[in-house]
Amino acid sequence: MSDQSHTRPAPASAPKGEGFSLLRLLLEGRAFFALIAIVLVFSLLSPNYFTLPNFLIMASQVAIYGLLAIGMLLVILNGGIDLSVGSILALCGVVAGAMMQGVEVKAMGVILYPPVWAVVVLTCALGGLVGAVNGVLVAWFRVPAFVATLGVMYVARGVALLMTNGLTYNNLSGKAELGNTGFNWLGFNRLWGIPISVIVLFTCAMIAWAMLSRSAFGRWLYASGGNERAAELSGVPVRRVKITVYTLSGVLSAIAGLVLSSQLTSAGPTAGTTYELTAIAAVVIGGAALTGGRGTVLGTMLGAFVIGFLSAGLVIVGVSSYWQTVFTGAVIVLAVLMNSIQYGKGARKA
Amino acid sequence: MAGPDAREVVLAARNVAKSYGAVHALKGVNFDIHRGQVTTLFGENGAGKSTLMKILSGVIQPSSGEIILDGQPVTFQNSTHARDLGISIIHQELSLAPNLSVRDNIFMGREIMGPTGVNYAEEEAQVRRLMAGLEEDIDPLTPVEDLRLGQQQIVEIARALSVDSRILIMDEPTSALSASEVEVLFKVINDLTAKGVSIVYISHHLEEALQITDHAVVLRDGTMTAWAPRDQIDLNWIVRNMVGENYDLGAPPSGYEFGKVALSVQNLVLPDPGGNPYNVVDNLSLDVRAGEVVCIYGLMGAGRTELMETLAGRLRAASGRIELEGAGISHLSIAQRIARGLALVPEDRQRDGLVQTMSVGQNLSLASIRAFTRGIFTSRRAEQKLIRDTIRDVTVKTPGGNAPIGSLSGGNQQKVVIGKIMATKPKVILLDEPSRGIDIGAKAEVFRLLAEGAKQGLAVVYTTSEVSECLSIAHRIIVMHKGRISAEFDASASKEMIMAASGEAHAA
Repeated sequence: MSDQSHTRPAPASAPKGEGFSLLRLLLEGRAFFALIAIVLVFSLLSPNYFTLPNFLIMASQVAIYGLLAIGMLLVILNGGIDLSVGSILALCGVVAGAMMQGVEVKAMGVILYPPVWAVVVLTCALGGLVGAVNGVLVAWFRVPAFVATLGVMYVARGVALLMTNGLTYNNLSGKAELGNTGFNWLGFNRLWGIPISVIVLFTCAMIAWAMLSRSAFGRWLYASGGNERAAELSGVPVRRVKITVYTLSGVLSAIAGLVLSSQLTSAGPTAGTTYELTAIAAVVIGGAALTGGRGTVLGTMLGAFVIGFLSAGLVIVGVSSYWQTVFTGAVIVLAVLMNSIQYGKGARKA
Repeated sequence: MAGPDAREVVLAARNVAKSYGAVHALKGVNFDIHRGQVTTLFGENGAGKSTLMKILSGVIQPSSGEIILDGQPVTFQNSTHARDLGISIIHQELSLAPNLSVRDNIFMGREIMGPTGVNYAEEEAQVRRLMAGLEEDIDPLTPVEDLRLGQQQIVEIARALSVDSRILIMDEPTSALSASEVEVLFKVINDLTAKGVSIVYISHHLEEALQITDHAVVLRDGTMTAWAPRDQIDLNWIVRNMVGENYDLGAPPSGYEFGKVALSVQNLVLPDPGGNPYNVVDNLSLDVRAGEVVCIYGLMGAGRTELMETLAGRLRAASGRIELEGAGISHLSIAQRIARGLALVPEDRQRDGLVQTMSVGQNLSLASIRAFTRGIFTSRRAEQKLIRDTIRDVTVKTPGGNAPIGSLSGGNQQKVVIGKIMATKPKVILLDEPSRGIDIGAKAEVFRLLAEGAKQGLAVVYTTSEVSECLSIAHRIIVMHKGRISAEFDASASKEMIMAASGEAHAA
């Protein structure tokens, strides 16, 4: 349905209140207007802000949060939360790093150097697997999502630390004679002048958008997030939907982990700490309801860019990083406030 | 305080109206409560009884109109304010905290404070006195969740009594009580009125209410249709005013032969989900043929909802067999049963029927997404067609498929739930209390829809707690009592026969 877009002015479902529509437009498109405001303000404050190279750099930083936020959106639409994305990102980065160093098969006495495509596939599968553990815990064992993913967050981080003994893999470039070069392509190369990471984000967002707005699965997700009991009685496989969203969140975390390690040319077990909170913030700023059933990919992408462009702008202007934290927090609270204004109306009980 | 004066009105509502969005729950009602007397409010589901009582007890504020207490206009800020003015209410839905003890529930929000915090001993003593007055053996320290439903209702009653109010509103206080408990309650009510307390009483058990009432007021579709003192009324008067003169829920569809057995239930057993050592559905067998309309009548707790949910696949039976057109379906999921042609319209529309965050159209198409999915994507055109057709078929009054579901009236929301199930092209449709909380007009339309479906070979099974609804479109009436079928009638049965079989005529 068309009413899933927040930036579309006055969707068909809007009541015919004439004087009210401007306010409504501002409210529905708040993430979009916030982004424009941020770009305008920083462009005035710094001549370096409004330049193509800067935008591309900022966008490639946003890509990490954006990828995590797409997965987070799926989980939040389902009425859940995924605190483990930052840890899965680190675990997957470390595993990818380890594979780039070569996998020793003791029984055969050889060291395997999987090609980069295999590393990517295996890492994504690992992320999906860890995500599926979340999903099974939540859907089948009825562990509250907050607790289940909190546990997995610790376990995944712990495994990443154990694997590397706390150290970081610094050489991910591979060797030409081993046929495993190309890992840095993800983080550094450009296609038509656009960083690959941004293209990856854009592709994932398009797939997620198509899935949410046009596929049966998307409808199932919105329905089971809005009212799980009603969805179940309407024949929606609510458990399968749940496991799927956590799995996809895990896969997206793995992709983010690959992009991040490639950008940093190193894979460390402490990467991505507190990234889950940034992802949640992006989803919330994008207008999704934490109670489930409401939210869009476009909104979430805008939310991710609001956070990314704001903190990058503050750096460029020279504001201390402590202030950045304060600003980000204020934006999040403001966003949630607007959400409750938008969704609270009419839903409020007498 | 002066002696009870039969004519003295302590609390009155004048032209009170209440609307929720497009739904007008009350349309300008006048209502008097007399000192030291029992005023009974009669009306069908959705007539506005509970809304009126919530307004009189300050739980909700009226959209317009006036409340007059002791001759003075008054505005209740909230239910605490009303309670301070001497008005308390026993809610239809239990409003107890299950994790807390009986004592803590009774004194919730107005704990007796001593020098060192809450004076639990005093509270406990008061609870014991209350329970003794109600002739109930309930320990004050038992957690409410360990009590059975009837006992919880007693706790609710005790809580209202403990306030020493002048006006006590009882909204269906006996729905889960046994016959002896009802008698004790009536004795308590008599004691209270002798002390000058005014009682407002709401009950679906008409005969029961007639035993204690001094005045009767009848509500229908949010308006007051009749008012009379006890000596001028009888059962017929109440029913006539409750349902209206031109009340017609239709007749069993006729002029065709039933088809093969569509739904067959054999020796179905469902243990109590709460773990109690009895079966909510107890060795129940039932056959429904294509084109047949079967009504299942029973009181609250008879096991109707559990039976329906077991058939639909939400609850798993312990033993027994469910067959759809001859094939066993007990092992299938809800989705698979819908795909085979068996679907449930649940009892609680808000909780189980609708997704409030979605539009009317998305709710309508929710159960048949596969029907308009082409490859991996849904076809917008096919979906719009399905939504348009369903809106037309079930006559939903809506500005369009994009309207938010919350903007529709209760009756139209119910039609959306039914339409959603009809869109799956079922062979057997189960409806749990399809008329709950919708007005008479919508009720008649819902039954007309079902009758038309039956003519086209749909097997219809619906439950109800209103006898008048059994004697409408049903070819066969099955009475459930304590998980079993206690009687079976054809459409020529009388209301008295049906009620007697349900165990309802207990207080007679």
